[in-house]
Amino acid sequence: MNAASTCVFVDGVAFWSPRLPGWDVASAVLAGAIAAPPGEAHRPAPALLPAAERRRAPDTVALAIEVASRACAAAALAPGELASVFATTHGDLAITDYLCAILLDSPLHTSPTRFHNSVHNAAAGYWCIATGCHAPYTTVSAAEHSFAAGLLEALVQVASQRRPALFVAYDTAASGPLSTLVSSSGLLGVGLVLSPERGLGTVAEVRWSAESRDPARITEALPQNVPLVAGNAIAACLPFFEALAGRPGPVTLAAGPRLALQLVIQ
Amino acid sequence: MRALPLAVSAVTVTSALGAGVAAHAAALRERRGGLRRNDFTATPLETWIGRIAELESASVPDSLARLDCRNNRLAWMALRQDGFLDAVAAARARHGSGRIAVLVGTSTASIGATEEAYRAIAATGAVPPSLREPVLHVAHSLGRFVQDALQLDGVCTTVATACSSSAKVFAQAERYIRAGCADAAIVGGVDTLCGSVLFGFNSLELVSPEPCRPFDVARNGISIGEAGGFALLERDGRGPWMLGYGESSDAHHMSSPHPEGLGARLALRDALASSGLEAIDIGYINLHGTASTRNDEVEAAAVSEIFPASLHAGSTKGWTGHALGAAGFLEAAISLEALRSGRTPGMLNTTSLDAACGPQIRLDPAPLPRPFVLSSSFGFGGSNCVLAFGSERRP
Repeated sequence: MNAASTCVFVDGVAFWSPRLPGWDVASAVLAGAIAAPPGEAHRPAPALLPAAERRRAPDTVALAIEVASRACAAAALAPGELASVFATTHGDLAITDYLCAILLDSPLHTSPTRFHNSVHNAAAGYWCIATGCHAPYTTVSAAEHSFAAGLLEALVQVASQRRPALFVAYDTAASGPLSTLVSSSGLLGVGLVLSPERGLGTVAEVRWSAESRDPARITEALPQNVPLVAGNAIAACLPFFEALAGRPGPVTLAAGPRLALQLVIQ
Repeated sequence: MRALPLAVSAVTVTSALGAGVAAHAAALRERRGGLRRNDFTATPLETWIGRIAELESASVPDSLARLDCRNNRLAWMALRQDGFLDAVAAARARHGSGRIAVLVGTSTASIGATEEAYRAIAATGAVPPSLREPVLHVAHSLGRFVQDALQLDGVCTTVATACSSSAKVFAQAERYIRAGCADAAIVGGVDTLCGSVLFGFNSLELVSPEPCRPFDVARNGISIGEAGGFALLERDGRGPWMLGYGESSDAHHMSSPHPEGLGARLALRDALASSGLEAIDIGYINLHGTASTRNDEVEAAAVSEIFPASLHAGSTKGWTGHALGAAGFLEAAISLEALRSGRTPGMLNTTSLDAACGPQIRLDPAPLPRPFVLSSSFGFGGSNCVLAFGSERRP
């Protein structure tokens, strides 16, 4: 596709999975500096949400808001002004399971709250409500390529609008009969604040280009890291975060069946 | 920031009004609506729907049989109208298959297939082979189907921001082309009727037992419809032109609009600014106008505050119903038809305008006063998008 590469700057990074519940521990483990600590966190408890909402929030919303707020805090940016891109393969699998199941038995008793939380952009909508953000968000999906296609969307927004953007990607576990139709397990959420200019808090520079070809040579995650997020639908994000954690070299991700996203992280 | 104007080189749309642009033009002109009593759900639900009857017997290409479902059948039906496949083939030859982005919007994609799988599992304990393709059960079922059907190899995403989805794809296309990631884009939207959406909107007490009446003083809810359509956008061409867009977030509530229409106003103002237009330049706005009590009240107030009395504005959901994730595209296509025909459609089913409506909101069709139009789409989760189109490249 476009041969010329474009440069953006990473000003904030966030990561959450039950084995790696935060970028501090995740970056140390992904870089091979320490072994993954034993035990698993249950689910994130984003401090941004009032206690009652924190308890009520679906896993997707808690996960997305946790990594979104951590990425903004790491970038020392007030989230209320930031345009954002949210990527998720499945949206809220638990609610999809609920809706399909209740249709079988008692469609007239569908829960209105669960219905409006079923939209693919629920987490993005709650994020804007929680932060008072009137800047636009875009929620994208690209099946097994959702992380890289969403990252490309965010990179294009930063490059074309010349303003910072928040990027969030997340997926949760399939449950009920849905788990026989699609495959995703555990919780995994990641967040990035991307900027067109180098700032005082910049942690990495990313040169990127997207090329239409058979992306056979995509970067593999390190074998010891794969089991830490195995089975989650956005686990393909791992090589990018290994590079941010300090593993040198270019990263190539599949952003589509015939589209390679090439990233050089410094 | 000023948007890069993009030529709308080809457009096609299919809804309860028929297959293709000409069917829509005729139905709008002849004031012939597409709504009928709900005959879609097994459990009775007293409402009217914009149903495309032929979908049950429609098909997808043999090579894409694994992605066969109501939503992708509609996508394929729409792609075959208006010479669209030929226009894409010519664009593929011009630009190369890797340089044409596929950017499509939907709210529920093929969740109807997931509902069907649940029925099968409950009845037989097994998933039938026709429903085993995992991509059928994700939002990107639509994007994957369209990209493969059109034999394209570049950027491809499915936007799912509820009822603004297939408006936002026009904004995406402008960004990808301006950033140099594509030379052209197929934008579009497809949403089809399914149980979860009909009973979901029913649970929110938002569906009307009658054909919807946008902006009517006695309006009592929405009618849900299905639609699919696509456009080819390029840097150069004869036009008409996508001149700009405005996007915003309400930051207020998941299923109710901001009470002062803050997000809607921001999106309307940004659409004007990014296209280099003033409020007085606009001849017609195809409003979101769902016929829900709150949306229409808030939207009418925003329009009367921003635009002069000479504007013609209205909602065409009385003809088609609310096509949800496909509404942004369907109504962009109707706005483009207003530019082409030089006529505004007026409104259907609405007889007595709400007092919140200013002189801009009109019941009757009329000559289009100026060759620039807007199309508004506002979605659950407070996602707003307004598109600006013009017959000419520059105001």
